[in-house]
Amino acid sequence: MPKKTENILQENLLEYYRDNKSVLSSGLLDSVKNIKEKAFSFLTNSKLPGNKDEKWRNTDLGSIYSQKFTLGCQAEKYDKSIDEIFVCEVHGFESLKFSMLNGWFYSPGNKKIKIFENGLVVGSMMEAQKQFPEIFEKYFNSVIEENQHGLIAANTLLANDGLFVYVPDNLIVDDSIQLIKMLNREENLFVNSRNLIILGKNSKLSFLHCDDSINHSPGFLNTVTEIVVCENAHLHLNKLQNLNDSTSMVNSTFINQYGSSNITVNVITYNGGLIRNELNVNMLGQGSHADLNGIYLMDKSQHIDNQVFVNHAVPNCSSSELFKGVLDNRSSGVFNGYIFVGRDAQNTSAFQQNNNILMSSDAKIDTQPFLEIYADDVKCSHGATVGQLDTEALFYMKQRGIGDSDARLLLMFAFTAEVTSKINIEALRLSIEDMIKKRLRGELSICDKCVLHCSVPDMPLEFDIDLSKI
Amino acid sequence: MLLNIKDLHVSIKGKEILKGFNLGVNKGEVHAIMGPNGTGKSTLAAAITGREGYDITSGGIEYKGKIINDLEADERANMGIFLSFQYPVEIPGVSMTNFIRTAVNAQREYKGLKPMPASEFLKKMEEKKNLVEIHSKLTKRSVNEGFSGGEKKKNEIFQMAMLEPSLAILDETDSGLDIDALKVVAKGVNSLRSEENGFVVITHYQRLLDYIVPDFVHVMYDGRIVKSGGKGLALELEEKGYDWIKEQFDN
Repeated sequence: MPKKTENILQENLLEYYRDNKSVLSSGLLDSVKNIKEKAFSFLTNSKLPGNKDEKWRNTDLGSIYSQKFTLGCQAEKYDKSIDEIFVCEVHGFESLKFSMLNGWFYSPGNKKIKIFENGLVVGSMMEAQKQFPEIFEKYFNSVIEENQHGLIAANTLLANDGLFVYVPDNLIVDDSIQLIKMLNREENLFVNSRNLIILGKNSKLSFLHCDDSINHSPGFLNTVTEIVVCENAHLHLNKLQNLNDSTSMVNSTFINQYGSSNITVNVITYNGGLIRNELNVNMLGQGSHADLNGIYLMDKSQHIDNQVFVNHAVPNCSSSELFKGVLDNRSSGVFNGYIFVGRDAQNTSAFQQNNNILMSSDAKIDTQPFLEIYADDVKCSHGATVGQLDTEALFYMKQRGIGDSDARLLLMFAFTAEVTSKINIEALRLSIEDMIKKRLRGELSICDKCVLHCSVPDMPLEFDIDLSKI
Repeated sequence: MLLNIKDLHVSIKGKEILKGFNLGVNKGEVHAIMGPNGTGKSTLAAAITGREGYDITSGGIEYKGKIINDLEADERANMGIFLSFQYPVEIPGVSMTNFIRTAVNAQREYKGLKPMPASEFLKKMEEKKNLVEIHSKLTKRSVNEGFSGGEKKKNEIFQMAMLEPSLAILDETDSGLDIDALKVVAKGVNSLRSEENGFVVITHYQRLLDYIVPDFVHVMYDGRIVKSGGKGLALELEEKGYDWIKEQFDN
């Protein structure tokens, strides 16, 4: 059965490309057309990833491959500003907001790209290709491991838009850039979007990537983000995922890090039917550091899969991974942490930790550390735990007068705090923590439109117990 | 009477540990409970405070005139019952300050009071920390995490001072303490003694009772009190050990 259903989507993707090739290719650089052709032949000759593949063993997309999707839709013409279609305000958190609607860069007034005075460029991928062909060609499709699997090939083939960010050398971007991706169509959309983020030498960027559903319609998001972090650049990337229960997402991020660069990536998964995050970090320059963290809070029959790959290709780099999850009801999770230390990568430090709390006997987690080390002078460690809430700690708290549900919340929240403490923008951290509290209390709604809506001043979040000082 | 335990039978996983235990504590009294290992002293503390897995099969625990057998642990705590744990639990990620404030305010809410204003809370915390000689840095850390044995026990007494219970049960608070820490803990307890509250002090050794002088001493053996007396009884036990009690009751 899975084999047959798989071909439905795969064939549909190929057929869609064949039928719409002229539209899909119009206005593309020749080099991009070539890349698409290669992706087409890859997809023609290989299968979309399924649970027969080792890396997909515990994440079954069979039910997705059997669905009929609307594959392409035109960019919707809205003249309203982003602020009119959803509210996103956080106290004290200034961000430059950009959004994508149903896979297209949302550009009221047709301003598809913004060039700031300091040289920062943020806008539509389509437009960047036209206005900055040299930069675009240099980096587009350069970071991904070419056609690593069928969904990435499908993205290369069909994604025509996404967010493009270019931070010139030596520029410190003070405000965070925020990308809000939304689906608002009624039909079952398959959306491919492709982002490209380039940090020049000695630059600094904080980027907030939000994936939101704003209705209860099903959909499938297939996102690929390529990030280049040049020498001595700093990237702070936060991904917030709050999708409805019938939406699935495969979110592949590829990061190339050059010498003395520093990245922090925090992936916070609040909700979603099926979410797979692939985070691939290539450490290509000495003296670099990567801090990769995640929180996932799943319930009902949701599924989360975090695949983290760190390639220590050169000496004197360090990486640290901390992923923590709470799984309730019949939800399931996968963590796969793959650390590769090449023969030349002496003096590597690589740490990895995955901790899970299962709140019900039907919840499930498959966690697998995977270290492949060819250098001899390295410090590497890994650890995984699966457990329940500490009953001794619960009794201790109750003995002091704290009610059972508050004690549980406090313990679950404390469990996630180790990760949120790594978010270095305080207003953002507080908002994310508010969201976590709401989620743990079962009060998080996708109808908040914006994932950060919880902190809008007239809707303060009241928590029975004050956790602000944790 | 503050606490009145009558013919209490408690089982853990079907095994009876307390076998007809009786104890009455009035306000203003300190009762010491001594006895050899495995006689049910910690089970008694667990049964009074409502720990899960301790089944009261018959008899009753009456506290402030109310049978509390079936109440949840947090409600008993809110009624003013405090347990100083033999093994205080580490709770990573929950700061000491926030934990104690949450507890203080939960107990105030139970009494129909508004949360304690921050300034008042901080002042009270400063005062009580000094009482048990706790360093300020400890209250910024996670609950009991990385505390030494002595710090953990001081922290129990600090929490007791913050929560001002009517009935405090000290479960082997002296174990693992050096003499200096023991004196500090005892000083803390003594300063909290009043005509309004009662203490049940569970200990193996007479040593603690040199510093926290009890009104009554009870000897527990095989799930019940087998001998009661004044503070002199503790000295007698120290001198003779528990064997003479065992012999007397095993036969």
